[in-house]
Amino acid sequence: MNFQEIKRTLGVALWFVFLTFPIMVIQVRQVDMTIDWRWENMIYVGVGTFVGGLLWRFALSRRKTPGKAIPKVVSEDEHVSLEAVAGTGASLKQRLAALWAFVTQQKFRRGIYIAFAVLLVVFPLVNSLYQTSIMTTALIYVMLALGLNIVIGLGGMLHLGYIAFFAVGAYTYGILNHFFGIGFWLALPLGAFFATVAGVLLALPVIRLRGDYLAIVTLGFAEIVRIVFNNWNSLTGGPQGIGGIPRPGLFGIEMNLSMATTYTYYIIVAAVALTIFVVWRFYNSRLGRALVAMGEDDIAAESMGIDITRIKVIAFALGSLWAGMGGVIFASRTTFINPASFTVWQSVIVLSCVVLGGMGSIPGVIVGALGLILIPEYLRAFSDYRMLMFGAILVTMMVFRPGGLIQKKRKAYTFPVEEERTS
Amino acid sequence: MSSACFRSARTEDNMDTEYFFRLFFSGLTRGSIYALLALGYTMVYGIIKLINFAHGEIYMIGAFIALIMSGVFSIMGMPTLAILVLASLVAVVYSSAYGYTVEKLAYKPLRRAPRLSVLIGAIGMSLFLQNYVLLSQTSNFLPFPAMLPTLPIPGPFRGLMNSSQLVIFITTAVVMVILTVLIKFTKMGKSMRATSQDRTMATLVGINVNRVISWTFIIGSFTAALGGILISSFIGQINFYIGFIAGIKAFVAAVLGGIGSVPGAVLGSLVLGMAEAYAAGYISSQYEDVFAFVILVFILIFKPSGLLGKPEVQKV
Repeated sequence: MNFQEIKRTLGVALWFVFLTFPIMVIQVRQVDMTIDWRWENMIYVGVGTFVGGLLWRFALSRRKTPGKAIPKVVSEDEHVSLEAVAGTGASLKQRLAALWAFVTQQKFRRGIYIAFAVLLVVFPLVNSLYQTSIMTTALIYVMLALGLNIVIGLGGMLHLGYIAFFAVGAYTYGILNHFFGIGFWLALPLGAFFATVAGVLLALPVIRLRGDYLAIVTLGFAEIVRIVFNNWNSLTGGPQGIGGIPRPGLFGIEMNLSMATTYTYYIIVAAVALTIFVVWRFYNSRLGRALVAMGEDDIAAESMGIDITRIKVIAFALGSLWAGMGGVIFASRTTFINPASFTVWQSVIVLSCVVLGGMGSIPGVIVGALGLILIPEYLRAFSDYRMLMFGAILVTMMVFRPGGLIQKKRKAYTFPVEEERTS
Repeated sequence: MSSACFRSARTEDNMDTEYFFRLFFSGLTRGSIYALLALGYTMVYGIIKLINFAHGEIYMIGAFIALIMSGVFSIMGMPTLAILVLASLVAVVYSSAYGYTVEKLAYKPLRRAPRLSVLIGAIGMSLFLQNYVLLSQTSNFLPFPAMLPTLPIPGPFRGLMNSSQLVIFITTAVVMVILTVLIKFTKMGKSMRATSQDRTMATLVGINVNRVISWTFIIGSFTAALGGILISSFIGQINFYIGFIAGIKAFVAAVLGGIGSVPGAVLGSLVLGMAEAYAAGYISSQYEDVFAFVILVFILIFKPSGLLGKPEVQKV
């Protein structure tokens, strides 16, 4: 960082002050035709972009390969010891990396998972109803993010209409309950089923599309679904939506609000556990690996004998299934649904969770979803800036760390035979 | 007044034809606005192969700045025509500056990144700009003053379109002509065409590709902002969300005409505008937004290269 660069950053800051001037400083009150001059915003923008610009420049100079995710190659039987770096002249970064590797190594991993599970189970017992309710929302997003991760993280297909399947699930429960009085436990598999069918229906026309076109068509699909729900008054109640959806039942036991909230919380915990298990099994299956291969290079994958059509349909179907289930749980939690909950920007929120956490990495996606949903809930003062931050996160993550916070690890096979041969 | 008397004397059949032609001009208006937006998409796509999701937001920002500046100028007590010219000028210049900055900030660092990263970055930029306007201005719909000058409407079209629509047609036509000249006959246009054909080769023959890309964004943003101002003045209200759907539809129009082709973008926009107007007029106006996406899906399945585009050869 030399003087020249600081001078240039100052120029950039001035440019942004100029750029944001009409929108951030001037506000015309149209009622009495007066102008609010908000000069203080000019200073905020100037100082903010100067500091931000310095950080940006610093980060850009440290970035090695532009925008390319490097999956780490790990072998399962790695042995990590802290002694390796203890007495040596290793840098702080190396030490931290060694510490991280030590904490997350194989023999501790099970303990960490159990600790998390216990934490989740006791959460509603030690926290208030409000906290439990927030956590339920966050876990629904975890489920959505895990499902979307199959399509985006593994298949490399930008799916911007994911929320449509969530809507299909929610409306399945809402409509079936409204007209036929079907309960939660029957609606859960039905919602998942209809969402999967919708996923296959979307996948069939878009199989041949890639990249940008796929993004736009999925987005269009979600808009179509939302508009249909919005206008089909006799079935979906139009913009007013469907109210009075019952909470999940438990053998007909009457529950008060606090019990019902806790019960819903445990249902979503179980559902998330199931999602993690299935998705994890899928990642390591033949199909999962085929999907990863397709995401990296579809032509190469096809020439290796992978049926691209089949794998794409499966990815969409499996992704949508979790959204459908999440939708049913969402409907039973809020007891009220309307089309406004299922806009394109909801899809983008789920996308942000996946991108921040790490595309293709299960723990990454979980951390990303929990972080992005819980942090704005606790920082109420900043909740207006939530969507602004999501936008900024998407851009900066793509520029500086496209692999996400916890990058996906690629499995590698070790060949113990090698040593025998050399000896 | 006289036209109203004249209309009441018409037969049922005449009413139908009149309705048909009114829809025709309404479709032409939409088509013109889509064309102004689609040009930016198609030019950017032609050069860096990226859907600039933030393009619709530039259109919205253009309209917003025009609204703000017209407020400021009218408080200063300027005459209407001066307000129109100055506010539009400021808005268009600022929008070009936004387009330029967005490219430098979000897309330039991702020049060599995988497609997926760039697309996610573009979506993020769109979300950011929308919320930037929402937070610093308002989330409400704001009334947009009718600033467009009143032109006399040629005889046969009286009653079928209004003066704002005529202004929109004329402006769009003029912009198209200027842009065609710019791309066909100037040195910058030549470098743009060269860059879109083969970026590496363009660099080798001494074209400053970064500068060409910047200019593409500036020109695209310029026309988008113009579209934003015209349509807001025609409809009479704006909010921070107008850019997104308009942007997506303009993209559909660009794909319909063959993405990367400038005449294709204009043709696709007019076809889409007409199709939407007739579908809304004769089938259902509630499902207006659905038609664009249905058209998109069909065109992508049956003729992915669009009406005037060249088929894209996939290279390994």
